[in-house]
Amino acid sequence: MNVILQPWPWYVSGPLIALTMAILVYFGKTFGMSSNLRTLCSIGGAGKYADFFKFDWKAQKWNLTVVLGAIIGGFIAVQFLSNGSDIALSAKTISDLKDMGFENAGTSLLPSEIYDWNNILTLKGFSILVIAGFLVGFGTRYAGGCTSGHAITGLSNLQVPSLIAVIGFFIGGLLMTHFLLPLIF
Amino acid sequence: MKFIKFLFVGIFFGIVLVKSEAVSWYRIFEMFKFQSFHMYGIIGSAVGLGILFLWIFRKFKVKSIEGNPIHLPAKNKSIVRYLLGGTIFGLGWALAGACPGPMYILLGTGVSSMLLVIAAAMLGTFVYGLLKNKLPH
Repeated sequence: MNVILQPWPWYVSGPLIALTMAILVYFGKTFGMSSNLRTLCSIGGAGKYADFFKFDWKAQKWNLTVVLGAIIGGFIAVQFLSNGSDIALSAKTISDLKDMGFENAGTSLLPSEIYDWNNILTLKGFSILVIAGFLVGFGTRYAGGCTSGHAITGLSNLQVPSLIAVIGFFIGGLLMTHFLLPLIF
Repeated sequence: MKFIKFLFVGIFFGIVLVKSEAVSWYRIFEMFKFQSFHMYGIIGSAVGLGILFLWIFRKFKVKSIEGNPIHLPAKNKSIVRYLLGGTIFGLGWALAGACPGPMYILLGTGVSSMLLVIAAAMLGTFVYGLLKNKLPH
């Protein structure tokens, strides 16, 4: 049991993610979490404004069910399958974050400097999360997929477009981490 | 009842992503700083095994659970949409520290502020839908 309560090493987690993808393929579907954002827009009536959202969203109910499961899975993992141990970040990461004003790096999944409501209810904190979410939602649909659809499924299926998308993910991620985050924090 | 299996896949996925710490903002930061092998190990081993799984499906002509041939749709050929869209996604990924799957999972871990990120991501998707025909693809 102790092994389960500890954080899982990459060589356990990575193969289990591949298994998730393979099970969905075996179920006759494809692994893609960002499609649900489009589905949610359609359910919300976005079809009135753009044809992109006029599709039979009921055919995506299986994927919304995966989302519901993912939410429950997140709850189960922290409530019953964790011992509250810190994230074993590299010492350099922790000191780099400290220089940017992030205290307690790795003691929780997310930095309170970004995700605590006290910080979100400032103009800067609110803007950070809204801009971040917007970029993810816009970019993923423009690129036709996110980490699950391109990096895991697309690369496993040896799709060149997915490789290009993943290169894009890294261009954006490196720009943000190395140039923009130091300006923001 | 036919949806119950998808619920279990989602629960499994959510648990794996929390236990792997791939849902952590800090792990994403560390990855883009090249300061740990952890995330590269996760993605690398997932893709390596994923290639093997899909190869086995093809090699042995495995049928889906409904008895249909397994077919993964090929992505449309293009460069600009994948590079540009991917870069925009990457900017948001490194700032939020969460991509679409982890957004929902983190909500389940009790991070209520993730609702704001999800709402903003829906807005981003909506604006893409509005501008789709004007963007280079």
